[in-house]
Amino acid sequence: MHTILRVRRFNPESPNPAPYDQEYVLDLEPSETVLDGLLKIRETVDDSLTLRCSCRGAICGSCGMRINGHAMLACKTKIVTVAPHGGLIRVEPMSNMPVIKDLVTDMEPFWQKIRQVEPWLQPEGPPPETEYVVPQAAMQHLTGVMACIMCGVCVSDCTVWEVDSTFLGPAALAKAYRFVADPRDAATMRRLLALNQPTGMWDCTRCMECVEVCPKHVAPMDRIMALRAKGMSARVPSTCGSRHAEVFTDIIRQKGRLDEPLLAVKTLGLRNWGRLLSMLPLAIQSFIHRKLPPSGPLHRAIPGIRSIRRIFARVEKRS
Amino acid sequence: MATEIKTYDVVIIGAGLAGLRAALAAHEEGVSVAVLTKVYPVRSHSNAAQGGINAALTDRGDSWEEHAFETVKGGDYLSDQDAVEILAQEAGRDIIALEHMGVIFSRNEEGRLGTRRFGGQQRARTFFVSDFTGQAMLHVLYEQILRAKIPVYDEWFVTSLVHDEDGACAGAVAMDIKTGRLGTFAAKATIMATGGLGRVYEPSTNALICTGDGMALAYRAGAPLMDMEMVQYHPTTLKGKGLLITEAARGEGAYLLNSEGERFMARYAPTMMELASRDVVSRAEQTEILEGRGVNGCVLLDCRHLGKAFILDRLRQIYEEAKTFANIDLTEEPIPVRPGMHYQMGGIKADVDGRCWDPEGQWKGLVGLFAAGETACVSLHGGNRLGANSLLDTIVFGRRAGQCAAEFARTRLAPRLSPAMAEQDHRLIQSIIAREGTGETVAGLRYTMGTTMNRYLSVFRDEEGIETARRVIHELKERWNGVAIKDKGRIFNTGVIAVLELSMMLDCAEAIIHSASIRKESRGAHFRTDYLERDDEGWLKHILLYYRPDGPPEVAYLPVRITRWQPQARVY
Ligand SMILES: Cc1cc2nc3c(=O)[nH]c(=O)nc-3n(C[C@H](O)[C@H](O)[C@H](O)COP(=O)(O)OP(=O)(O)OC[C@H]3O[C@@H](n4cnc5c(N)ncnc54)[C@H](O)[C@@H]3O)c2cc1C
Ligand code: SF4
Ligand code: SF4
Ligand code: FES
Repeated sequence: MHTILRVRRFNPESPNPAPYDQEYVLDLEPSETVLDGLLKIRETVDDSLTLRCSCRGAICGSCGMRINGHAMLACKTKIVTVAPHGGLIRVEPMSNMPVIKDLVTDMEPFWQKIRQVEPWLQPEGPPPETEYVVPQAAMQHLTGVMACIMCGVCVSDCTVWEVDSTFLGPAALAKAYRFVADPRDAATMRRLLALNQPTGMWDCTRCMECVEVCPKHVAPMDRIMALRAKGMSARVPSTCGSRHAEVFTDIIRQKGRLDEPLLAVKTLGLRNWGRLLSMLPLAIQSFIHRKLPPSGPLHRAIPGIRSIRRIFARVEKRS
Repeated sequence: MATEIKTYDVVIIGAGLAGLRAALAAHEEGVSVAVLTKVYPVRSHSNAAQGGINAALTDRGDSWEEHAFETVKGGDYLSDQDAVEILAQEAGRDIIALEHMGVIFSRNEEGRLGTRRFGGQQRARTFFVSDFTGQAMLHVLYEQILRAKIPVYDEWFVTSLVHDEDGACAGAVAMDIKTGRLGTFAAKATIMATGGLGRVYEPSTNALICTGDGMALAYRAGAPLMDMEMVQYHPTTLKGKGLLITEAARGEGAYLLNSEGERFMARYAPTMMELASRDVVSRAEQTEILEGRGVNGCVLLDCRHLGKAFILDRLRQIYEEAKTFANIDLTEEPIPVRPGMHYQMGGIKADVDGRCWDPEGQWKGLVGLFAAGETACVSLHGGNRLGANSLLDTIVFGRRAGQCAAEFARTRLAPRLSPAMAEQDHRLIQSIIAREGTGETVAGLRYTMGTTMNRYLSVFRDEEGIETARRVIHELKERWNGVAIKDKGRIFNTGVIAVLELSMMLDCAEAIIHSASIRKESRGAHFRTDYLERDDEGWLKHILLYYRPDGPPEVAYLPVRITRWQPQARVY
């Protein structure tokens, strides 16, 4: 199949280093992968094209790159899925990390976040004589997170990391969850308190991007939500993030739909004058443009509120 | 050209399971440790191990003697039995230690460690994590390295070992791939843990980084390679790139069928069937294929009767692999498989403490060098490795090598190296970059080498084929001098690395060929159609090769160490 790989190249040692695109025309089988294509280029056309790869089987996590705008593993991405009828495929290095050369990114920011969550088991006291006795269900559950191959694909496409590189990010948070959910780990409270800080678990905007791109179905966002739930049930001191969730639920229970101004005020806290005052211009702007939604007593409960409350009762009974 | 010199008590080359386990053990002994690796630790090939790790937990009624015996029998009696006994005895302790570090081993109903069955064994004694056991172990060991704050030089490519004035190994020269600069690492003890050499063959189940570097580096520096002819072909690899379908599939009950739908293993191994040792199953498959009962050069692996839920739970990774790479739904269709190059039983000769020299002086070697993992040959696996014994090898002998290296380092003074140590490697790299193209490429030469090896040094071998391969490899070594690359930069020059790796692979290929030409019998993975029988009178011994730069290697022999199992005929 006639395929054009348009590869973003960057040579830091060229006299005036600037990224540029280079096109390679190849004949590829639809079942071949983007990595096959890139290796073919290296082997037959241009051995200066630089990338990382090793296992060819979506196991080692080396070959993360952006393909047609989304981060994925080149070795797991078939030509047919990205260019069903042949034609152009765009290949670029991962985002949110500096580029070293061509498709090779500097993963240090990624690893720095991983290290930040103290990613090692911290049990209480000396280990038992033999193994820790724990339910298979717990271990089975953890295989979902341990499946992470540290490829960086989720970090590349994380929308929060893009605007705030201090955010721990999906991979590190998923890694943190791996310990919080491990019955052998005894540092749960300390971990949750750390994750509760700004740049931690409350900074995710739930954009789903990481869930969609992760090649190993780790579903980092779901792990972050699970961390939040654990944080709240462990009663880590409330933060904007956790209060936001609590107030949100409360309002829905009362009214059946969101009262946004109330949510904002309650989340920030009624005595938080500084933050509340800072929101005043936004409120005035919204009011002028008739965008300020009805709030407080003006915000009525929806007609079906009874069934909403029944749902709440049922859910709460079950947990 | 002067380079910076960094000094540690123990330097470990390789961050796979063997290297990381060794690093932790040495660190716990209280010496200073650093790890050098050409890829990030978690990218190491150990993460490809799907199936599991063997251990006889004696407190639950399994017997280590049985595990040891099956290892010896699997190895066709070429294993050194003292080493096998240590492996089997210490396995349980090491598995529990891994569990304590955090490995999420699968459990049974009581919440204790659960097992599955693997080839060549009567009993289920393989511990596992779904079907990514190697990855789950590697990531946890790396977690422990982070906890211990052991310095890891990742993306540093080791280009040679260095000697002190007395000729002992005193560390290594390595290139920082990100900058292209060379650095010298001075060490009282050096541990080689660089993994396998799969890429010497095409196709192979091994990752692209498995280029036998450590074997070639140690060999060139004076340590002998042992039993290099023993190259394992795995019975279930995919056509094309040669990706592996784990033995766990058969361990969990999958069948092998020929084109007539017959479970042909009944004719070759009536008792153990699909779970006979790998050399036996691979030969059976190849025979079926050669006699016309194959399906497009393959036989069929059938999982359907296991049921969808079971497959998704216990064999999820290969389910996905089959979907992605062969476009086959394992729950609905059998998958074509064939024998493919998988593992090197031979390697750098090491004793049970990882030492690459013999304090008793029965054989020479390189004082100060240790080896562990697939790159080493403690001679556990003999002529054929049992499935799930290799991870165990990395863990048990990685730990022992780390402990012994630390102890050894305490008795030594830090070597004084001159900054000019790296000069030779620097010049070599410069000359590779400067070469003008003659049309020779790394890819071209590697492909010729790989397909030659796969043709003549595979499941069946004979003198004529071995000699043909020798000529081809000899010629490729000449042509290597003409290989040029386009990338003229220093930063992340993967071209230079590929050229260096190719030269290491050619040295490994030569060693395999030489050993295979010497062993005139059939034993384990080394099956010669011109010497059909195992010959215990003549060949119950190891072949050691010493590197000679300008000619064939010097050959030496060591008797196999037999403790309690006298060689018997091997039936499965
Ligand atoms: C597909 C597959 C499945 C397998 N499944 C199983 C299984 O289920 N059970 C089992 O027991 N065994 C299995 N094996 C075998 C087993 O995985 C390997 O033998 C074992 O993991 C090797 O570990 P290692 O630590 O020796 O080397 P590796 O994990 O290969 O690590 C080698 C290290 O050396 C470094 N290195 C290499 N060259 C250099 C250099 N020049 N400079 C710097 N660093 C260098 C690399 O960066 C890497 O960190 C399998 C093998 C394959 C290929
Ligand atoms: S869901 Fe959260 S963590 Fe995932 S990509 Fe979006 S913002 Fe980032
Ligand atoms: S969570 Fe998924 S995408 Fe992110 S690093 Fe792990 S495997 Fe890669
Ligand atoms: S090459 Fe290993 S994940 Fe793609």
